Amino acid sequence: MTTCICALGVQAHADSSLPPAPLSYTQLPDPKQEAQAKALMESLRCLVCQGQSIADSDAEMAGDMRALVRQKIAAGESPDQIRTWLVDRYGKWVSYDPPFDAMTAPLWILPLLLVGIGIWLACGRFRRRR
Amino acid sequence: MKRLILWTPLVVFVLFLIVFAVGIKKPEGRIISSHMIGKPLPRFALEPGMAAQPGLASIDFRDGTPKLLNVFASWCVPCVAEAPQLMQLKQAGATIEAVAIRDRPEDITDFLKRYGNPYQRIGSDPTSSLQIALGSSGVPETFVIDGKGFIRHQHIGDIRPENVPELLAELEKAR
Repeated sequence: MTTCICALGVQAHADSSLPPAPLSYTQLPDPKQEAQAKALMESLRCLVCQGQSIADSDAEMAGDMRALVRQKIAAGESPDQIRTWLVDRYGKWVSYDPPFDAMTAPLWILPLLLVGIGIWLACGRFRRRR
Repeated sequence: MKRLILWTPLVVFVLFLIVFAVGIKKPEGRIISSHMIGKPLPRFALEPGMAAQPGLASIDFRDGTPKLLNVFASWCVPCVAEAPQLMQLKQAGATIEAVAIRDRPEDITDFLKRYGNPYQRIGSDPTSSLQIALGSSGVPETFVIDGKGFIRHQHIGDIRPENVPELLAELEKAR
């Protein structure tokens, strides 16, 4: 019975017993590098919690990803390089900063188009009233 | 014609509502497949996960025989569920290498004693670095690696009995 309860406990809380990675909750000594890392972490998606950035998440994997980002920044890699490295592994979905391409073009163009149509319609109405 | 134009904003609005409703109803938790399939394994050399067996490095995958790379952890419950299927794969002749995510030697030893040890080598990945480099987002996952060290296939989640022939076929394909 005890083992049974234990097993349930493990399932409900599937985390390892290792401490968090060294750089997951520790800032980089150089404030400029830390600012770069922080900005990048805020625009990367946590893979296990999916609605949060890795900067916001307490999941172990998010911690490991933060540590990775800080290590790479400290090693002199640029935030864009790191983002590309992760996109190469997990797809564009991992980034909260989508690039402008054929897939995302409607998101950018449609609002402009709709505002344009609105102005055109409004102009038409005003002209008729006069 | 003019009537039609007057109705369009409402129609567009209702379309938006439908899109939102469908999006909200959709169950959470999508599967994130690795984009590393078809690419070579990242270079790595991991310490042994426990004393009894050697650690794991990327060069171990370049000896000409396709292998399975099982991403597991002793604290992972579905890993227990797939243990019999891994033993079955081993009995069918598959070589299975393992990477233990965020694990301790004593826990790995205990886990394998309980559920069987299908592994040839076990690398320890205490900070999930290899897991992230593989584009894997959870445990367990199983990769098929060909004899030249290229990633050929990814199985996400625990290996169910019906997945055993699939994985054997993938191994055969990677030959």
